[in-house]
Amino acid sequence: MNFDFSDDQKSLKDQARKFLSEKASSKVTRRVLDDAGVSYDEGLWRAVAEMGWLGAAIPEAHGGLGLGRLELCVLAEELGRALAPIPFSSTVYFFAEALMLAGSEAQKAAWLPKLAAGEIIGCFALSEGPGAPSASNIQAKFDGAALTGAKIPVTDGDCASHAVVLAKEGAGLSLVLVELNQPGVTRTSLKTLDPTRGHAKLEFKNAKAERLGAAGQGWEFAEAVLDRAAVLLAFEQVGGSQACLEMATDYAKSRYAFSRPIGSFQAIKHKLADMYVAIEVARSNAYYGAWALSTDSGELPFAAAAARAAACDAYALCSKENIQTHGGMGFTWEVDCHLYFRRAKLLALQAGSPAVWKEKLVKRLEQRNAA
Amino acid sequence: MDFNDTPKEAAFRAEARAFLEANCAPKVAERDRMNRSLRGANYLKAAKAYQKKKTEAGFAGITWAKEHGGRGLPPIFSVIFGQEEAKFDAPSAPFAIGLGMCLPTVIAFASEAIKQRYVAKALSGEEIWCQLFSEPGAGSDVAASKTKAVKDGDDWVINGQKVWTTGAHFSDFGILLVRTNPDVEKHKGLTMFIVDMKAPGVDVRPIHQASGGSDFNEVYFTDVRIKDDHRLGEPGQGWGVALVTLMNERLAVGGSPGPDYREIMNFARSAASPTGDGTLMQNEAFRQKLADWIVRAEGYKLAKFRTMTALSKGQAPGPESSIGKVINANQMMDISNAAIEALDHYGIIDDPALAPLEGAFHMSYMFAPGLRIAGGTDEILKNILAERVLGLPQDQRADKGIAFKDLPTGR
Repeated sequence: MNFDFSDDQKSLKDQARKFLSEKASSKVTRRVLDDAGVSYDEGLWRAVAEMGWLGAAIPEAHGGLGLGRLELCVLAEELGRALAPIPFSSTVYFFAEALMLAGSEAQKAAWLPKLAAGEIIGCFALSEGPGAPSASNIQAKFDGAALTGAKIPVTDGDCASHAVVLAKEGAGLSLVLVELNQPGVTRTSLKTLDPTRGHAKLEFKNAKAERLGAAGQGWEFAEAVLDRAAVLLAFEQVGGSQACLEMATDYAKSRYAFSRPIGSFQAIKHKLADMYVAIEVARSNAYYGAWALSTDSGELPFAAAAARAAACDAYALCSKENIQTHGGMGFTWEVDCHLYFRRAKLLALQAGSPAVWKEKLVKRLEQRNAA
Repeated sequence: MDFNDTPKEAAFRAEARAFLEANCAPKVAERDRMNRSLRGANYLKAAKAYQKKKTEAGFAGITWAKEHGGRGLPPIFSVIFGQEEAKFDAPSAPFAIGLGMCLPTVIAFASEAIKQRYVAKALSGEEIWCQLFSEPGAGSDVAASKTKAVKDGDDWVINGQKVWTTGAHFSDFGILLVRTNPDVEKHKGLTMFIVDMKAPGVDVRPIHQASGGSDFNEVYFTDVRIKDDHRLGEPGQGWGVALVTLMNERLAVGGSPGPDYREIMNFARSAASPTGDGTLMQNEAFRQKLADWIVRAEGYKLAKFRTMTALSKGQAPGPESSIGKVINANQMMDISNAAIEALDHYGIIDDPALAPLEGAFHMSYMFAPGLRIAGGTDEILKNILAERVLGLPQDQRADKGIAFKDLPTGR
């Protein structure tokens, strides 16, 4: 039994934590939060690119570090913990994974080295309005060369240079790659629950685009990208949850009420114990997702759904109870509790809501049982 | 990352499997296991015979030192044997508390002569042990034990009552926590003894549980005499001894019995949806709840894999597997409740001849409240997580610096 990260992976995690505690303090996150004109922190983005993290899981032949998905998982946990205000997940978990999954050799050779070097920022455009996207409600249209339609919201769509978009092509759906800095694309920034990350509405009018993968395979590719992203996002969620638990625990030890630390009251202890249990459930499911992702196992669809369902629930609980443990102070703009509460909601919705993934989990278990 | 055994572990697992295949019946359905009373004489006989074979084959006391009849292997091998044993209908339950909790305490604190007398016979299943800690006035606060021991020559004389004693009715010996000095603070006046459960003055009475069954006992002590050489640790040091026993409890208490998410999934395929047409399995609200159960059950299973990983590498396991107690009892209640409520009015029927799965959900529903209390209430376990894992300060206590006899008891 070796159900844990290796010593090398753990030391990468330690390095990442040290690096991010210096370069991505909550001051950095707050610069993006407090300035509506800024959608990500460029300094941190450059620093992360210099560390090679953008290309951690990209093969060396394409300019990456050629590490594996497990290395990406430990980085994701630390980025989530730090509330890093950069378009890392959109670029790496969604855009790069879509390219590696569906792109031709020429497309990979064209884009992956630039992505690894931090020269392009990617995003993934699925949603077109309220409700879950499905194979039957996508309206954006690709005619083989140009894209027309609208996507809302697109996480990091306001700062990205390129997007992978799910669109109708003929009777089916296809994934298409679009350069966003062109006349056929209009972006409108969106006000969201988590202003530490940029969001936009993207409108395409005969925008020049190229297909990723075979025509008509778009939905299957999108689902596969979401499964991969779900595991990586789960690590961000576990990292954020753990930060909430540590923040609440520290506060409960030092905050006195009724002449004693509030952490000596059982009402607080049980709250924090519940957070701990939720995190361990989420972490264990995330590890299984990491194993399935890194080995390209047939278990990935099930493991990704379990990892995501557990991680969404854990972060929702931990970010909410962190505020509650801090009392009135926890409800102020100046204390960081709300940053996690906001990020928890973004991460719970970004790749599809918890209800959608719980349904996927049950359906996939039924499929596994039937097989 | 992988789920493979090391070559040594794989060899041991194969050896264990061969032994189990030769000596155990195939696994029976959970409901049959729950229905089978531990009070049956035949079951006990079979259990003792099985334990003897285990000892002869080297599968008893896997982690115990060789001088105590064990195999001296690291904990991972005990976990591996447990995993394999759980796949069979192995009658190992009567020994779980004795070998898991009592005997490690005896080994840690008894004299050489006493160890010679008791350890081997316990390991081979010849003698069964129970643990006598809880009292009517000392549950979560077990250090409030009132059962008293008074020195009389070379003997101690015991009077009082213990409760919730699993297996007392078939046990030969027990470890007994008693008060030897009521004039000092609560935790400082306790002493631990080995007691002969067949001694004059020991009276074992089954408890009629809320669930209808009788798995536990009350044990009354009236002028029961124990030789001083059967004392474990010094007089007044009993709390420290009890903590050693309770630390081993975390390792000895296993998963929850009763139908799990797989079984309710099977049930849901044919059961009608409580609202609208179709089956329960097609009911959206049910599917969402099912997902939560899957995530928690798999999360707990995988957390144990993480613990096994640490053990396999020879490291101290993290606290992650201690989440099981808090998850399992509640989950057992939720799952059985969902199955029962799906039946609408019919769900009130628990007659095995009429209820689904021969009443297993109903049995589980009525047993779950007890599971939330047994082996440390969920609340006490959350305190332990908060204090030992998260490092939160202890609650303020009303019993510090006060002699036990002067503590308020509320009645």
